[in-house]
Amino acid sequence: MPEKSITIALAGNPNAGKSTIFNNLTGTRQKVGNWPGVTVEKKEGHLKTNGYDLAVVDLPGTYSLTAYSIEEIVARNFVLDEKPDVVVDIIDTSNLERNLYLATQLRELDTKVIFVLNMADLARERGVKINADKLSELLDVPVVFTVGNRNQGTQELLKTIISVAEADIDFPRTRRVYYGKDIEKAVGELSEFIREKTSAELPYHIRWIAIKLLENDRIVKERILQSANPQGEAILQEAELKRQRLRDFFDEEPEIVMTDHRYGFIAGIVKEVVKTVSKQRVDVSRQIDQVLTNRLLGLPIFVFFIWAMFQLTFSLGAYPMDWIDAGVGWLGEGAGRILPEGLLADLIVNGVIAGVGSVAIFLPNILILFFCIALFEDTGYMARAAFLMDKVMHLIGLHGKSFIPMLMGFGCNAPAIMATRTLESEKDRILTILINPLMSCSARLPVYILLAGAFFGARAGNAIFSIYALGIVLAISVGRLFRSTLLKGKVAPFVMELPPYRVPMFKGLLIHMWDRSKIFLKKIGGVILIGSVIVWFLSAFPRQVQFSRDYQAEIAQIGAHYGAGIEAAHGDVLERLVSERDEAVSALETLQAKEKIERSYIGRLGKVLSPVFAPIGMDWRGSVAILTGFVAKEIVVSTMGVLYAAGADEDEKSEALKTALKKSGMTPLSAYAMMAFVLIYVPCLATVAVIRRETNSWKWTIFSIAYSTTLAWIVAFIIYQGGKAIGLAVC
Amino acid sequence: MNLSELRTGQTASVTRVGGDGPFRRRLLEMGFLTGTDVYVEKYAPLRDPIELILKGYHVSLRVDEAARIQVENVREVKTAHA
Ligand SMILES: Nc1nc2c(ncn2[C@@H]2O[C@H](COP(=O)(O)OP(=O)(O)O)[C@@H](O)[C@H]2O)c(=O)[nH]1
Ligand SMILES: [Mg+2]
Repeated sequence: MPEKSITIALAGNPNAGKSTIFNNLTGTRQKVGNWPGVTVEKKEGHLKTNGYDLAVVDLPGTYSLTAYSIEEIVARNFVLDEKPDVVVDIIDTSNLERNLYLATQLRELDTKVIFVLNMADLARERGVKINADKLSELLDVPVVFTVGNRNQGTQELLKTIISVAEADIDFPRTRRVYYGKDIEKAVGELSEFIREKTSAELPYHIRWIAIKLLENDRIVKERILQSANPQGEAILQEAELKRQRLRDFFDEEPEIVMTDHRYGFIAGIVKEVVKTVSKQRVDVSRQIDQVLTNRLLGLPIFVFFIWAMFQLTFSLGAYPMDWIDAGVGWLGEGAGRILPEGLLADLIVNGVIAGVGSVAIFLPNILILFFCIALFEDTGYMARAAFLMDKVMHLIGLHGKSFIPMLMGFGCNAPAIMATRTLESEKDRILTILINPLMSCSARLPVYILLAGAFFGARAGNAIFSIYALGIVLAISVGRLFRSTLLKGKVAPFVMELPPYRVPMFKGLLIHMWDRSKIFLKKIGGVILIGSVIVWFLSAFPRQVQFSRDYQAEIAQIGAHYGAGIEAAHGDVLERLVSERDEAVSALETLQAKEKIERSYIGRLGKVLSPVFAPIGMDWRGSVAILTGFVAKEIVVSTMGVLYAAGADEDEKSEALKTALKKSGMTPLSAYAMMAFVLIYVPCLATVAVIRRETNSWKWTIFSIAYSTTLAWIVAFIIYQGGKAIGLAVC
Repeated sequence: MNLSELRTGQTASVTRVGGDGPFRRRLLEMGFLTGTDVYVEKYAPLRDPIELILKGYHVSLRVDEAARIQVENVREVKTAHA
């Protein structure tokens, strides 16, 4: 027997247990992606049961289906356009009244709906008794009880889904919200008007269209104009007329009156199906919150949690990072040994393995960070964090929830930007993404340490701190600027539910963490691969460089020069001679490497660009270092090592490199300008890839690159030229 | 009187939600209907936003948003039955 496919959509309020039920139904066979065109997360899963192939789609959590937020539009359009066989509405039973608002809206869509009364355990605990048969009868909808975190009721839900999908149900249904005499009359007349005016098939059933038009629903209006041509205009005019009349009559917007009626309808139902046996019980969640959001303790505790999260991420993460680093090094060496020396080996070792390795190394950080975030989310603490920090974030026109991604940026911008998924408003999300790279990530620290160490001596700490502060000040200014120009529009109202604290499920946490880390690995991997190969190409080509001196011959000469002496010598003398020879050889090799880079494409590019960098106090070597820093900012240090002829293996603590830098004509002022530039300019490749992924738009990605680089140049220019003007150059 | 003038531990009934269209609609959809009792659970440490309890759940609003909600019948109650 061939399997029958059924598509079901899970809808529900945020925190009603949607993800939990989704995991119960589909196990780990899930796919995470984005809804087309928007950055709302889409989860899809499959299961096979009794000869049916069920596709389960997790709709965004919403409180209503009014077309205000993208989440609501996405959820509604899926139900309307994709026509899933069954819509399963997950209801938080302990919060029935508000949850039924979405439920009644879903029912109005006239699709097959099942109500899942989840959190049945909590309701029972609170002394709330629900008469499911009555509810089912009143709303003409099958009702199933579940306890998501204990996987109870899942089988029964599956059975109900299949029987509902197979059943023939007549629409329109009779038991629906009654909007009162006047509105019902308007709905009836408008429906009639629409029926007369359109011969062709309408996208949705008429009563719903009429209701939505009276509610002035933007999306439905657009659809009508598209589909019911040429009568669309007339229909909208008629609807506006009716709206006007109702507005005059109620002295209120019709949609507000209709919302009131829906709640009235719900109140009636709740009265009939809910019995509360008043149990005087301790509200544990409320007591926890008396401490965690306490006026005096709330903020210190929050700071402690954040501190702990960072400790865990970067201290604990350091161990596996070392392993990965070693593994990548080992892999590179192995590949270098197996492959015949030449272009291919160079590409694989220095392009592919090194490039991908530089990103893979972030994986432990990402896993741990996302585990912590999942913990914050699933316990309900995330909403408290937003509650505590909203006042601060509101200064930039952002929501309190933006605080966590901003803070994470100090560790690594890539996972930080991925954490913006917890923000509901798309504008907030884009703004947070745009200013996030101004939080100085840990990869930039080596550059600061090198430059500040070389030029600021005892005041290095202050110099570095001021760079971090500069980043924060810029983030605030840029944030305010973008908010009032590019991302104008009303700040999303802060109507945020503070759900009860809950003990999270370990499996849920792991799925949460893995979903996001997987995105990082899969999608980001490709971009990084291409990017690192391009930078490798630019620095490795042209292969044949016309050197200014014959290094090979000179090295051979040195060999010959010491050859006889070494053969004859013993003991200390031998050792001295060997080390003398090696030093001479490596000095030459360093020079050669420097010249090779200088003459490579990237070196030439640096020279071409040097007029651009000259006004901010950087020579061509600085320009090249900055260019290579695009792959990963810590590379700036090793490039400078090569270019300032101190050897490629120098790190930020190297005295030789510091000396070379001081001799190169750099001044404290130009060093500081360069530090500022490194802080602000293009985020690294991994971050750019994440920005592309999370904004789902090349436009924003390119904008992010362009604005940050321009801003970097302007700030460095002001520092360098301004400093020179007031005579700081020699300090 | 508006909601943002209430102190922690006070309850009041909503009479009218002001503000612009989408904001009003959103609040109504979250249950801020005329006649609904709202209990002020606490203010955030930085005095903004406010945590409220209504219809048995906790919700937070910014102070300037709460200022757009008109209330009456303010009373002190020990526990939130709102
Ligand atoms: N007590 C109880 N907790 C539940 C139940 N279902 C889910 N949870 C918990 O509620 C929290 C939120 O669930 P989640 O599935 O993430 O909600 P979503 O926002 O709708 O996706 C999690 O900590 C779950 O473990 C239930 O039936 N009873
Ligand atoms: Mg969820």
